[in-house]
Amino acid sequence: MNQHQQINESIKCLIDQTLHLADTCLILGQRNSEWCAHGPILEQDIAITNITLDLIGQARNFYQYAAKLLVEYEQKQATEDTLAYLRTEREFKNLLICELPNGDWANTILRQFFFSTFQVLLFEEMSHSKDAQLSAIAIKSIKETNYHVKWSSEWVIRLGDGTAESKERMINAVDNLWMYTGEFFIPAKYETIDVVLLKEKWLQKVKEVFDEATLIIPDKGFMQSGGKLGAHTEHLGFILSELQYLQRVHPGAEW
Amino acid sequence: MSLHDLEKTFQDKIDKEIKIEPKDWMPEAYRKTNLRQISQHAHSEIVGMLPEGNWITRAPSLKRKAILIAKVQDEAGHGLYLYSAAETLGTSREQMVEDLNSGKAKYSSIFNYPTLTWADMGAVGWLVDGAAILNQVMLCRTSYGPYARAMVRICKEESFHQRQGFETLLVLSKGTKEQKAMCQDAINRWWWPSLMMFGPKDSESTNSDQSIKWKIKRKTNDELRQQFVDMITEQIKLLGMTLPDESIRWNKQRNHYDFGEINWDEFWSVVKGNGPCNKQRLEAKNKDHQEGLWVRKAALAYAEKKRLRVTVKVA
Repeated sequence: MNQHQQINESIKCLIDQTLHLADTCLILGQRNSEWCAHGPILEQDIAITNITLDLIGQARNFYQYAAKLLVEYEQKQATEDTLAYLRTEREFKNLLICELPNGDWANTILRQFFFSTFQVLLFEEMSHSKDAQLSAIAIKSIKETNYHVKWSSEWVIRLGDGTAESKERMINAVDNLWMYTGEFFIPAKYETIDVVLLKEKWLQKVKEVFDEATLIIPDKGFMQSGGKLGAHTEHLGFILSELQYLQRVHPGAEW
Repeated sequence: MSLHDLEKTFQDKIDKEIKIEPKDWMPEAYRKTNLRQISQHAHSEIVGMLPEGNWITRAPSLKRKAILIAKVQDEAGHGLYLYSAAETLGTSREQMVEDLNSGKAKYSSIFNYPTLTWADMGAVGWLVDGAAILNQVMLCRTSYGPYARAMVRICKEESFHQRQGFETLLVLSKGTKEQKAMCQDAINRWWWPSLMMFGPKDSESTNSDQSIKWKIKRKTNDELRQQFVDMITEQIKLLGMTLPDESIRWNKQRNHYDFGEINWDEFWSVVKGNGPCNKQRLEAKNKDHQEGLWVRKAALAYAEKKRLRVTVKVA
């Protein structure tokens, strides 16, 4: 590989990495937004909607950066909206856990806890990135993501150690979601952050919160993956149909 | 003090523009009217989240999505302040929510209309929030202190929503042929229901006189409605759209726009439960309430456990 090809290759990785981060935030934001107006209590409706807004804000930062790179280095026409609204199922690179249906409140808050705990660690690493823009987005996002961890871990504890029913629902949620947590730590070729290194810290935090919630971490089992490379669950197609509907029906229109 | 003296002191305060506070003596009818009005207002904010929430997952750009989510979240916040204001009159939030879910309490009928296209997000913001604001600006000076204070905060956010709604329509009005048609269609559908939001004509309204004397209201339904027609008839010129009422024209003598007759049969029919979405809205509220029951129970159980653990430690 000559020097020129190497630069091309590293820009391509950076774009893919940025899109992966953007898609992940957008798809989880889209899922969480389904709770807006339907939360179990008004205060919590507001809280999860705050998290939704943070995630969509993060997605926008990443998409805008990816669009800038695509315009500059690949002479492609791209905006945050073309990237979110005009790519297809196989092009999306979000983590699988984000696209799973919300399920009940237990499932929703547990997913948030697993994801946000990972995301804080990821952003901490990313804040030292050589890429100034990724580093800046990470620094900006850490504060809000720390709040997401705080909020969701409080819910894990409350429901795990609440009533018999809430505990049962939490155990079911752990059962549903655990096999989607392995993907956090399986690196994709384009990833510049060594996600393998984040696993121990993640497990430690999960264990800490699970102990207080009187929940048990499952034994090692099979882990699903593929989202980072565009191999998704059947759910993603439906999410995109809804999300992209207006842009697809009215091509080129301004909103 | 005799009842007569209490009533006199109360009315004196109102006449002198001194706010009535929760612990002040007040006539039972004043308390009831305020409680009914504030809780209805709270319920309207909460039910109003449904027709707008309907478009969150389909919003056509990331910016619009974020704006819409923030807006629906604001409505939830308004619901919270208003429930708190209503609670100062002696009814718990749980009770109010139960009355909403059972169909006993009313909310604004406007939310029993469906949001059929994206343009409805603009029309609801511009017309529905626009109508609500005229009422709410007046309520910032209402005589019951907690209600007036909640309104000051709410008004700031609502006027922002109205501008966002107008701007959503403005973009559509300059867009493709389909977008323009979508814009006009939404205005056509939301115009008359928005006029109905001000309630029955003054000649038919039962509560108006007493509410004005107690300064719960400071303008009548018809005055507010006229103000709305005058405002919107000017604003729509900027959109290049039309209102679905051919009789709208400037009346020099009155210094106001004349407008056509509202279909009062439709108004009463929707109030009585026959609007396109009455059933759907209540079902949604009940379903969410039921599905959240185990969460609320678990949160209470955990709080109780935690309290006991602290007590044991202290002992």
